[in-house]
Amino acid sequence: MAYSQKLMEIFRNPKNVGELPDANAVGRVGNASCGDILELYLKIENNIIVDAKFRTFGCASAIASSSVATEIIKGKTVEEALALTNDDIVKELDGLPAQKIHCSVLASEAIALAIQNYREGTDGASQEEKMV
Amino acid sequence: MNVYLDHSATTYVDEDVLEAMMPYFHDHFGNASSQHTLGQEAMNAVDRAREAVAKAINARPSEIYFTSGGTESDNWAIKGIAHAYASKGKHIITSAVEHHAVLHTCEQLTKEGYEVTYVPVHPSGEVDLDALKAAIRPDTVLITVMYANNEIGTIQPIEEIGRIAKEHKIFFHTDAVQAMGVCDIDVKAQNIDLLSMSAHKFYGPKGVGVLYIRNGVKPDKLIIGGAQERSMRGGTYNTPGIVGCAAALTKAVAHREENNAKIAALRDYFVEQVKARIPYIVINGGFEHRLPNNANISFLYVEGESILLSLDLEGIQASSGSACSSGSLDPSHVLLATGLPVENAHGSIRFSFGKDNTKEQVDYTLEVLERTIARLREWSPLYADLKKSKEN
Repeated sequence: MAYSQKLMEIFRNPKNVGELPDANAVGRVGNASCGDILELYLKIENNIIVDAKFRTFGCASAIASSSVATEIIKGKTVEEALALTNDDIVKELDGLPAQKIHCSVLASEAIALAIQNYREGTDGASQEEKMV
Repeated sequence: MNVYLDHSATTYVDEDVLEAMMPYFHDHFGNASSQHTLGQEAMNAVDRAREAVAKAINARPSEIYFTSGGTESDNWAIKGIAHAYASKGKHIITSAVEHHAVLHTCEQLTKEGYEVTYVPVHPSGEVDLDALKAAIRPDTVLITVMYANNEIGTIQPIEEIGRIAKEHKIFFHTDAVQAMGVCDIDVKAQNIDLLSMSAHKFYGPKGVGVLYIRNGVKPDKLIIGGAQERSMRGGTYNTPGIVGCAAALTKAVAHREENNAKIAALRDYFVEQVKARIPYIVINGGFEHRLPNNANISFLYVEGESILLSLDLEGIQASSGSACSSGSLDPSHVLLATGLPVENAHGSIRFSFGKDNTKEQVDYTLEVLERTIARLREWSPLYADLKKSKEN
């Protein structure tokens, strides 16, 4: 199975590439020896993901999956973002070849990790605010 | 602009070759095994093709067997020798950088009780001859080492391996698929017992190849059927393919030196320019003994398939040793065998040049490549890490 036209279009012009300077939730998954790494940056305000960006080292499907994931979760609540599955990402890409499914899994894992880091760090961040 | 830089994958059928093949599809369609005039016309064409192929490698026509391609030839040579001479021993020596047609055939034989030694290579990609000699055992029946590597272009020390094999009375097979029409091959001088080739790598048609088998060497048959190929390989003669194979090889050998010089000059220019214009790259494989058409480069901090597809979107066709483009999750066994770290192997691209590439095409490729690598690096967390570590 080849890549869908939609996937190639997203790969050609991915959305939300780059770093978010004021991100308060960051998740990095994958490793270089496996051939893909996704770093996801989220800005969460009042339980809403107000902005999302990513950097990805990987193949076209990893980059397109990252782009689609950031598009979907923007404006969503943290719970809604956590409910996003890799199947949702695959659907949004008009399908993925079987050996590329792990790229969509990588994106959903990055969301979960970023939110986990955010939740673990939330208390610390609010503590700081209180001290100010 | 359209730039084809994947000649090691396949080449188009040369116009002269196509012209030579055409009569055998329609007007002279006879089965070369038929006794009537139409059949004999076809057989005459097959005989002439056999003579031409033999001449190109200093073999006798009776030593040339037409097959369906490189993979069949490799399968036949390796399984054929292993099975026919099993009573002499069941040990095979090969290299760590062979094509899958050889590696997977050897793996299959290990399931049948054979033992296989995979000789390591130097960082240049050249087989470690000391390790090869050390691997020889009393029960070694076959050494199979490729003539030139398909990924990094390394030309192996075939003459030395031939000499070692002869000294130890071991059969020597070489997969010469990438070397035909490029290297000066003489099966007698180089002590080659069996040699595989594939027509579509030298501007011939797909689906036809050759196995050279030295007279007196008797591998078991692979394809059982009629009495074709002196009862060694069944199957109706692929007359247009066989004619095309011979015409392509004859033309490639006739223009070998001028093509090699032209292609090497383009390749060298490309590599020098990439080195000058793109930071953080690794040129894979040595340059001392290398096919003139091959450049294999790892672009660090980016992944090969995304480079490949970005180039393709701008009309440039190359090839990647990345896991992501091969369908498996393992990066190139060849690059790993040369000692390249696995993370660098993911970002490798093979550019293989051909006789019709131009400097304009190379300049265009360089411009697109420079832009593509910069863009993908901007997207890469590994490159961001690098930049941050430099700032600190």
